[in-house]
Order: sequence, then structure tokens, then C-alpha cells
Amino acid sequence: MTQPSNLSSPAQIDDIRPPLTSIGVIGWIKSNLFNGLFNSVLTLVTFFFLCKIVPPLIRWIFIDSLWSSTSTECRSASGACWSIISANYRFILFGFFPYELQWRPLSAMILLIGLLLISRHRRMWSKTLFYAWTAGLFFMAVLMKGGIFGLAPVESTQWGGLPLTFLLAVFGLAAAYPLGVLLALGRRSRMPAIKLLSIIYIEMIRGVPLVSLLFMSAVIFPLFLPEGLTINKILRAQAAIIMFTAAYIAEVVRGGLQGIAKGQYEAAESLGLNYVQTMRLIILPQALKIVIPPSVSILISAFKDTSLVVIIGLYDILKTTQTTLANPSWMGFSREAFFFLSCIYFVCCYTMSNYSRKLEKEL
Amino acid sequence: MSSTKQTENSIPFWQDPSRRAIVYQLATLAVVGFIAYYLFSNTVTNLQRQSIATGFHFLEKEASFEVGESLIRYSAADSYARALLVGILNTIKVAFVGIVLTVVLGTFVGIARLSSNWLVSRMAAAYIEFFQDIPILLQLIFWYAVFYDSLPAPRNALEPFPGMFLCNRGLAFGVPEPHPAYGYVAVAFLAGCLCVYFLRKWARIRQDRTGLAFPVFSTGSAVLLGFPLITWFVFGAPTAMNMPRLSGFNFTGGLTVSPEFTALLLGLVLYTAAFVAEIVRSGIQAVSKGQTEAAMSLGLKPWQTLNLVILPQSLRIIVPPLTSQMLNLTKNSSLAVAIGFPDFVSVANTTINQTGQAIEGVALIMVVYLIFSLVTSAFMNWYNKKIALIER
Repeated sequence: MTQPSNLSSPAQIDDIRPPLTSIGVIGWIKSNLFNGLFNSVLTLVTFFFLCKIVPPLIRWIFIDSLWSSTSTECRSASGACWSIISANYRFILFGFFPYELQWRPLSAMILLIGLLLISRHRRMWSKTLFYAWTAGLFFMAVLMKGGIFGLAPVESTQWGGLPLTFLLAVFGLAAAYPLGVLLALGRRSRMPAIKLLSIIYIEMIRGVPLVSLLFMSAVIFPLFLPEGLTINKILRAQAAIIMFTAAYIAEVVRGGLQGIAKGQYEAAESLGLNYVQTMRLIILPQALKIVIPPSVSILISAFKDTSLVVIIGLYDILKTTQTTLANPSWMGFSREAFFFLSCIYFVCCYTMSNYSRKLEKEL
Repeated sequence: MSSTKQTENSIPFWQDPSRRAIVYQLATLAVVGFIAYYLFSNTVTNLQRQSIATGFHFLEKEASFEVGESLIRYSAADSYARALLVGILNTIKVAFVGIVLTVVLGTFVGIARLSSNWLVSRMAAAYIEFFQDIPILLQLIFWYAVFYDSLPAPRNALEPFPGMFLCNRGLAFGVPEPHPAYGYVAVAFLAGCLCVYFLRKWARIRQDRTGLAFPVFSTGSAVLLGFPLITWFVFGAPTAMNMPRLSGFNFTGGLTVSPEFTALLLGLVLYTAAFVAEIVRSGIQAVSKGQTEAAMSLGLKPWQTLNLVILPQSLRIIVPPLTSQMLNLTKNSSLAVAIGFPDFVSVANTTINQTGQAIEGVALIMVVYLIFSLVTSAFMNWYNKKIALIER
């Protein structure tokens, strides 16, 4: 009778540790890289290719590379020539903005990044933040344009580089958002004429490439204006980007509106709220909250799409890089220059898409 | 009756939603119409002032510019209309080849992303993240720069595979020497497709009636491969290849693909495949694990599980976003204008610059792309109707 009690007492039994091959590093490798014949072969093949590619790449980027030299020294080196960046970074980043005034676009960008960082936290979302953004966008425009507060005016034809990319994307999204919300409401409207107009606009814009709208902004917009009135190229491109982005925002917001339960509308109606009140107080606050993650995706594509203004000859960061490469002494270092540019775009887009994914999980 | 009438009459029109709606709509239409009229009249005065003739008469004039590559016969003496047609065909060519390659690569990467192999899955994730986050235009310009900056002249061309040459003049590879047999092989392949289609139909009917399954997959692949192969043998099994040969400064013979086309294709495929991979991954993941387990417990084999249970469900999720990605690829091919491939937008741009017919040119671009997207959405609607869940 005493034997079984011994068995059942937990103190007597030693926990047998799992075999060494199924825990720790070995276990992890075994279950993630070599589980089965097919996966083992796959791992070895992938590993082989990585060994072929990665070490030479690292040599090219870090070991054999030149960081601050003249272009003639670069031509004889076997590694990457990062000197093209260090010698021209001011032009690549700021374009033709007057050299001694380049602190202004720089501080505008810092202001923008600061605002973006603050808006990252959900507890910061409030009316104050909205006013902060309005003020921030205003100050950014002032810093770029000058002319008041004792700042020397800078013609917008001289704007360029990364600030231009940021401005086109952020102002584009900020201006397109209200328009997109209106279009989405129009598309869900019960009034046939308004519904039809919204559908035609949204589907037409979504059906054509952005390039065609940019062409339109470059060659047709000037014809639309009465004689004597001209709008500069950047604003016209901005208008095209706004028109384009608004259609995509409208579709995203429509998705959000469809996600609102019918009971919400009925409840609002039974409280006696009219259409504007229903939308402003009940429906839109909920719908816009749902569509924040897809809106970030739209910001990402708007940011990437601003690079298309190169085609109509604006000096965004891609064009300034190409101009640098057209300089005879730096000709031929396109890999380095485009690699640098890719890194800038990658860091920006990766941060935003990571944030959007995090938000999606939270909401 | 009379009381209702009375209440109706007593409501002032601004408090009657249906009558108010009419007022709103009329007001909107008036505003839109006024803006349209204003822009139109400005345009007309501006055009008159600059003495630009409107209309599409310029299409019949001589284009007098060369187009780099063309699927149909074209020379500078042909009309603008023909030049634009060349552009449309080039767009369709790059879109078609691009879509096929994108679907293949995207599916491959999407499945790799789901692999239980950590290394493979991480590599696929890195690919997806990296290529999604870099603007397509930058990628196109980068690949084009690789051609003219980094690749050697034809004399020192790289040879990644025997018979395939990569140099700054493009990509050259061998193609089979023309032979009448290949025409018959193509016919045999089409006949095989038709046979498999009817075989599938017949097998389904037979299974519904008798419960007996027919090995459609193995028979079908045998037919699809066997028919052309037998035809090839019957017509003398030609094996002569037309290989690219270096003569002077460039390759002759074989098939040479221009750097512009290769760069455009490479950029579009690598960029879009990253998005397609995400779509494929989420489509497969969306089918719950219970479905696989249920299929397994019914005794279905792994490929049957995939074919009969997983794919029909995940395709329903995958295909709609996939079509929109294909449309995106077609629209993005308009960026060819930045690297000098003569696609439709690029030809239309040249036409605008030469004739000054900006409005007509941009309108043509928009109409052509709208037709592309209308065709795509028509296909989408047809497909959605076909695979819609029939709930009983």
C-alpha cells in the first residue's frame, strides 16, 4: 500500500528534461531549418546562395568602399563610391534651394517629423493635435516660401529634393482627405445625381495612371485658367496628386462607412439628428477610426507616388539624384546613388507600414 | 385620405426630405455645370489665342518620328494613329508578359513566406518588405541604369547561361530556327487544351452519376505534353537553334530584348510580385486550419485537400485583389516614359510635344487606360458571380 503513495507524490519524481536535440539552439535549428528532407535541401541551397551573395556585397558596401574622396580616386577603387553622396548630399537633399538658406527646409522637415512622431501615440489624438498640425503645416509653408517674419522669399521653382517629396505627400494627403470623405459620402448618398457624379469621378480617376493626371497638370491646367493667371508647376502637380489621392481615400472611407452597423444610423435618426449631425457626430467619428490603418497605406503610396513628378520635370529627390549623376565627374556611380535613395525611401515607408500594422492590431 | 393630403401640403418644402433632395441635386449639378462651363470657355479662348486647332485630324498626319520597337510594321512615314497603335500594342505586350511572370513569382514568394523553413520564410519576408517600400519609378530607373552603367559592351557580354548574353545593348538569347513543325505543335497544344476541357467535364458528370473518380490530372498532363511532343516527332523533330552571334558592335541572330523593355519588365515584375505575394499569403492563411484537418480526417490526400478544399476557398479571396494588382501593373507600365520604352503614354507624349494637341493626347491616354480597367472590372464581375458562395 505504501508504494503507490510514493509514486503519486510529485516530490519524488524528477522532471526528465527533454533531450538536448529538441531544445535550445540545436532544437530550434532542427525544427525550423531541417525538419524533413525537402526543407533541409532548401536550407542548404538558400544558405549556399547567401554565402555567394552576402560577403561580396558587404565587401563592396563597407570594406572596399570610399566615403569621402574625389571622383577620380573612386574610379580606381573596387568598392562602392559613397563619395558621390558625401560630396553632393546638400544638392540631393535640397535641390536648388539657396545654399545659405537650406536650414529652412531642414527645419521644416524636422517640424514635420516631430509632428508625425507625436501623432504616433493614440492618447495624443485630440483637438489640440489637430490645431498643432494646422499650425505646423502653416509654419512649414512659411519656412519654405519665406516673405514674412523677415525671412527672405524663395521662389517655389527653387524648391526641390526631399522637402518637396515630403510636402507633396503630406499636403496632398491633408488636402485630399476632406475631398475623399465628401466623395465617399456622395457615393453612399441616396440622391441619384450626387451618387452618379461621385461614382464617375472616383472610377475615372482610379482607372487612369497618375502619369496621365500629371501630364494633364503640366499641359492642360494652364489652358483652364483665364488669360493672365498662371499657377506654378509645383502647385499644379500638387493639385493632380490631390485629385488622384482623393479618389483612393474615397474608396477607403467608403469601406469604413459600410462597416458601420445600420443600427447606428437608425439610432441617430430616432434621436432626431439631421444628416449633417448624424454624419458629423455619429457615423464619421466611428468610420474614420476604422480606416486609419488603410489611410496610412495611402500615405505610403502617396509618398512613393510623388517620385512620379520627375516625369513632368520637378526637382524632387529622384530628379536631383539624376542631375548629380549627369555631372560628368560623377557619371557612372548610379548604383551608389540609387542605393542611397532606396534607403531613404525604405526607411520612411518601412516605418510607416510597421506603424500601420501595429495600429491595426491595437484598433 | 384628406388628412394626409393636408399634412403633406402643410409641410414647407425645405422640411420635406424628398423635395429638399431635388433642390440639393439641382444645386450640385448647377455648380458642377458652371465649373465645367467656366473651364471649357477659358480653354476655348486660350486655344483661340494660341491658334491651336482642336479635333483629332492630326491623327492622320505623318508622324515623322521613329519608334524604338514595334510589334507591327512601322516607319516614320506612317500616321500618328499608327504610331499610337504601336504604343498600345507595346503596352499590351509588356503588361501581358509582366502579368504572367508576376503571378508566377508572386505565388512562389507567397508560398515561400508560409514555408515552415525559417530561412526561406525570412528571405521571402525581406523580399516583400524591400520591394514594396521602394517606389516603382526608382526601381525602373535603377534597372535601366544597371544596363547602361554596369553591364559590359557586347564584346565582353556576360553569359549567365550558355547561349544567353547580357550586355548594355540588352538581353540576347537563342530561339529555335523557324520550322513548319512549330506551327503544328502549337495547333496540337490547343487541341490538347480542348480535349482536357471536355475530359474534365465528362469526368465530373461521370463522378456525379456513378461516384467513380477519373484521374483527370495525370491524363490531362499526359495529353497536354504528349500531343505537342508527338507532333514534333512526326514532323521531323527539328532541333536547329538560331543563336545570337557577335558581329561588329552588336549581336545578330537569336532574339534580342532591348534594355528598356528588360528594365521595365524587371522593375514591374519585382515590384508587383511583392504585393501579389502578400495577397497569396493572406489568401491561403484565411482558410482556417480546421478545413485542412477536416479534409484530412475525411481521408483526402494532401493534393486533394489542396485542390478540392483549400484552393477553391482561397482563390475566392485571392482573385479580386490579384486582378487589381494586374491592373496596377498595367497602369504602372506607363512609367516606361521615364526610361524611354515606347509604350502608349510615351508615344502619346511625343505626339503631344510634336503637334501641341495636349487635350486630345491626354484624353486618348485616359480613354485607353479606362478601357483597360473597364475590361478588367467586367472580368472581375463575371468571375465574382461565377465563384460566389451559393448559400443554401
